[in-house]
Formats: sequence, C-alpha cells, structure tokens
Amino acid sequence: MEKKNNFSFQLDVTDFLPADESEKQSMVIMRESTSFWKDGYRRLKRNKLAMISFVVIVIVLIMAFIVPSFYPYSYEQQIRGSENLGVMEYSKEEIARMEAGEKVFPHLLGTDSLGRDITIRLLMGSRISLLVGIVASVIILVIGSIYGSIAGYFGGKVDMIMMRAVDIIYTVPDILIIILLSVTLKYPLRDLAEKVPGFQWIETVGVGLISIFIVFSLLYWVGMSRIVRSQILTLKEQEYVVAAKALGASSSRIIRKHLLTNSIGILIVTTTLQIPASIFTESFLSFLGLGVSAPMPSLGSMASQAIGGINSYPLRLLAPAAMISLIILSFNLLGDGLRDAFDPKLKN
Amino acid sequence: MGAYAIKRIASAAVTLFVVATLTFFLMFLVPGGPFLSEKATTPQTLKALEQKYGLDQPVGVQYVNYMKRIVMGDLGTSLKMRGQEVNDIIGQRFPVSARLGAIAVLIAIAVGIPLGSVAALNRGKWLDNIIMFIATTGIAVPSFVVATTLMFTFGVKLHILPTYGLSSPMHYVLPVMALAFYPTAYISRLMRSSMLDVLGQDYMRTARAKGISQFKSLFKHALRNAVLPVITYMGPMLAYILTGSFVVEKIFTIPGLGSQFISSITDRDYPLIMGTTIFLAFLLITMNVIVDIAYKIIDPRIKLK
Repeated sequence: MEKKNNFSFQLDVTDFLPADESEKQSMVIMRESTSFWKDGYRRLKRNKLAMISFVVIVIVLIMAFIVPSFYPYSYEQQIRGSENLGVMEYSKEEIARMEAGEKVFPHLLGTDSLGRDITIRLLMGSRISLLVGIVASVIILVIGSIYGSIAGYFGGKVDMIMMRAVDIIYTVPDILIIILLSVTLKYPLRDLAEKVPGFQWIETVGVGLISIFIVFSLLYWVGMSRIVRSQILTLKEQEYVVAAKALGASSSRIIRKHLLTNSIGILIVTTTLQIPASIFTESFLSFLGLGVSAPMPSLGSMASQAIGGINSYPLRLLAPAAMISLIILSFNLLGDGLRDAFDPKLKN
Repeated sequence: MGAYAIKRIASAAVTLFVVATLTFFLMFLVPGGPFLSEKATTPQTLKALEQKYGLDQPVGVQYVNYMKRIVMGDLGTSLKMRGQEVNDIIGQRFPVSARLGAIAVLIAIAVGIPLGSVAALNRGKWLDNIIMFIATTGIAVPSFVVATTLMFTFGVKLHILPTYGLSSPMHYVLPVMALAFYPTAYISRLMRSSMLDVLGQDYMRTARAKGISQFKSLFKHALRNAVLPVITYMGPMLAYILTGSFVVEKIFTIPGLGSQFISSITDRDYPLIMGTTIFLAFLLITMNVIVDIAYKIIDPRIKLK
C-alpha cells in the first residue's frame, strides 16, 4: 500500500465510510455518566458509619427545631408544685388532675429545681447548640472563602499581605480571646440594641448568641481561608481559567463560577467539620457561664448548673452531657465520611 | 536556622502585641471603666481612683502607659482581692496548674503513642477497631463531660477517689485523667495514621530486606519517623490542656490559675481577666515558637525558609 503523506491535504476516503456494527456498539453509553454529586453520594452511601450519623443528625434536628413547637411544656415555664421530679414522675396536683380525667403529659426526664421540664430544656439546648454550630460555620465559610479566594487568585503582594494578617490571627490563642470578647462584647451589643433603631433584633436573638457569632466569625475564618487559598492556588493554573480569562470574564466571575465551584467538595467538608468544633467551643463557653443568657438553656449551661446536685440528680448532668457528645460525634463522623466521599485528593 | 528562629520570634512578638492591644481596647468597651462593680462609690472616690490609675488621661497616653507597664511585667492590681497584685496571684496559682498540666501532657504522650502504634500494627483487627472507637469518641467529648462523668463514677458512685482539692497524690488521678483524655485520643489517632504512613515507606522494606529484626526496625526506623507529627501537635495540645484546666479545675475545685481565671470572669474582675489573658497568651505563644523551632531541628527534611 502506498505510504500516506502526512502533509497531504487529500482526504482519506475510508474515514467517511458508514460505521459498521462493532463501531456503533462502542458508542453506546453503557452506563449513565455520573455527576460529581452522584459520585460522592454513592461513596457516602457505602460508608455505614457516616450514614448512621447523618440519620442521627436529622433526628436531632427534628427534635430540636420541630418538636418544641408542639411540646406541651415550654422551656421557661415553671410548673408550681412539680419541682425536682424524677423520670416519669408526677406531682400531687398532676395526679389529682389525672384522677379527674384530665390528660397530663409526662415529664419524660423529670423537672429541675424550678419546676421546668428537663426534656424540653434539653431539646431547646440542643437547638441553641446546633444553631450556633451551623450559623457560625456558615459565617466562617462565607468570610473564609471570600478572603481566601481573593488572596489565592490575585497572588503576589496582595496574597502576601493578606496571608500575613491570617498568620497573626492564627497564632493568637483563640480560646483566651474568645473568652475575653464574650466577657466584654455584651455591653456594646446591649447598648446597640437599646439605643440604635433598627438593631432591636439583637435583643430578640439574644445578646449572648450574637456575641458568640461575632467572636467565632472573627477568629475561626482564618483556617477556612487558608484551605480555600491553597485550593485556589492550584485551581487557577487550570486551562479553563485561562480560557475564561481569554473570553474576557471578570475576576469575580472566575472566582465565583470557576474557582469556588470547583473547590465545592473541600468547602462542604471543612464546613461540616467546623460545625462540631463550634458546638464544642460553645458548650465550653456556656459551661463557664459565658454563653447564651438565662432562661434560655444551652447544653453546656445545663451541665454546669447540674454539677452542684450531682449526688441527688445525676441525670440532669448526664442528659445534656450525652446529648452534646452525641451531636459532636455524629457531625465528626459525617464530616469524615464526606471527606472520604468528596475530597478528590483522598480518592485513591 | 538562625534566620528562621529570628523570623518566628519576631512574628510571635507581633502576635503578643496584637493580643495586648486587643485587651487594652476591650477594656474600654466595658461601660464605666474597670470600677463599674465598686459598691457605693461617690463621684469623689471614683475621681480619686481614676486619677490614681491614670484613667483621666487621654486614651493615647493611657495606651502608652499600659504598654509600658506590660513590657515591664506589671499586670496591674486586682479589683476584688484588695491590694493583691495580678502578678502575685498568678505567681501563687500558676505552679499548681502547671504541675497538673505537665502530668497530663506526659500521660497523654506516654499512653497515646503506644496506643496509636499498636492500632497501626494491628490494622483492621479487633484491637485496632477498639482503640480507634475509643479515640474517635474521645475527641467528640468535651472536657467538662469527661470530668463530670469521671467524678460521678469514681467519686460519687464508687467512692474510691477524692473529688476535690489536690492534697494527696490520689487527688491528682481524676483531674489528670480528665485533662489527658482528649489529647490521648487525639495523639492515638495521629500516631496511627502517621505510623501507617511510615510502615508503607520504601525505607521500611529496605530495612527489613537487610535483615534487621522486626523489633529494631520498628523502634529505630518506624517509631522515630512516625512520632514527628505528634511533635507538631504539642502546640495545640498545650492550648487544649490550658483551656481544659479552666473546666477541670472548676469542677474539682483545684486552686490553680484556671479556676482563678473563671472566678475572675464571674466576678467581672477586669484587671485580673486581662492580666491572666496576657500571661497565658505569652505562655502559649512562647511554647508554640519553641515547638516550631524544635520541630525544624528534629526533622532536617523540613526546608528552612
């Protein structure tokens, strides 16, 4: 056969023959192509521990956010005559009411020294812990990813200055500053809520809670920004970024549409692992009496109040302690599972 | 090496400066200044007090004075414990906490490293699963939960260990266990993963191929390399032990710096809060610098920048 000249423009006629059966067969899509999410979800589903944790988290979320709205008792309601009840016990009044034919909802975990139902306080406490964990992590995610992506994308001097600031905040002993801020922040926040119109919502949410949000978001975004920056540094060298630049895309568009979207896996994982860390710190602060203010319960403050009566009422201590450990453990395990499922670096 | 150390020390100095500045300005956020909680203060005494502590001067002057005092090592006077210098209070309380913390650090290292190595060597077997289950639960449980549960089981239910104070060696058992629990769990996990990493390295195969005994290859090659990540954890561990001591000392009523710090918060004794914060921040930052530099010396593979 005549050797084909590579530089010839003459078309090879054999390329245009109708495809035979075997060639057609090779083009058939045997399996539907998986998307990033499907792929990750499939791997996550195989991880039993992570799935169990996920179910536990969903149950705790339902118990903390939905159940209290139709629970017969409220967390601040002090039932006279029903102080210090044990598990499933009723006070004399309640027994009398039951004998009169009325239905009385049992105190599943008893009541505390002020006659408040412990079950509902436990649920409300979990709500506060979850709220702190999730809201703080979202704030951290937003600040950290914006800061980190700007530093990573622009590089050079911008990066150096921005990252020096991060380094300094990173070496500041976090817990000490958090304690210091929570001690002092309450006053200006209260002032703001009382004096400046438009800030009344601070009182509704609670000064303690707001100061925790501020404190966490001031200090903990640095870790997130470091992770995002290193991710962006590798991603920005990719061809699609060059292509987007050539097509005239603005920097913010490239960061939003290409860089952050492509680091979504690591963002999800870091945020999920940030939630238990925030809950951990919040419970620690409430335990020291620096968290949300009474009568709002928090798992940490419930445990701290129960220490005095540990001899007579161990359950008051053990219930919030078990709850907080369960929540943190589930989030940790789910975060580990998500990392295995979505972090491409660990795929193999 | 020297350049790195200097750079690291300089950045630590900047961090300390930031912390000190932050504490100073946070002090200003507290309404009424540091004398807010003084009972029955007439305007005259308040003025006299302000004059005595230089609070009537402009902010800039106060800031400079404050910084000067801190550099000289003077952390001010406590409000609640009349006439007591913050320095003296720290001097009395800190040794108690330091002893407790040091024992906890030693225990965490002495237990965590063997546990993690054993888990790695028995990878996938029941021993590994048990150790990793305990370690995973261990890092999910806040220190106050560990401390109170220990106190409840051993102190209240079984009555075999004392639950408050530090008057005898037996008194140390529960607080040290509570403090060391989390770091031990963390070190075990860290040690397991780094040990697995090292065991898969080529030099391990080479060592075995050259006929070195299993024992020697484990101790001479594997352990020495696998232990390096644990050294980097020393900094965070000290921070954790420190914050853990706040809770543990409160629960076990130990007269250390941690419980002092907490009661100064509940008393709103601002000079004491600020002084203790600066002291502890200084301690932590210094320790971190030492750990960082030590790490570079120990592991020559780390590039010196």
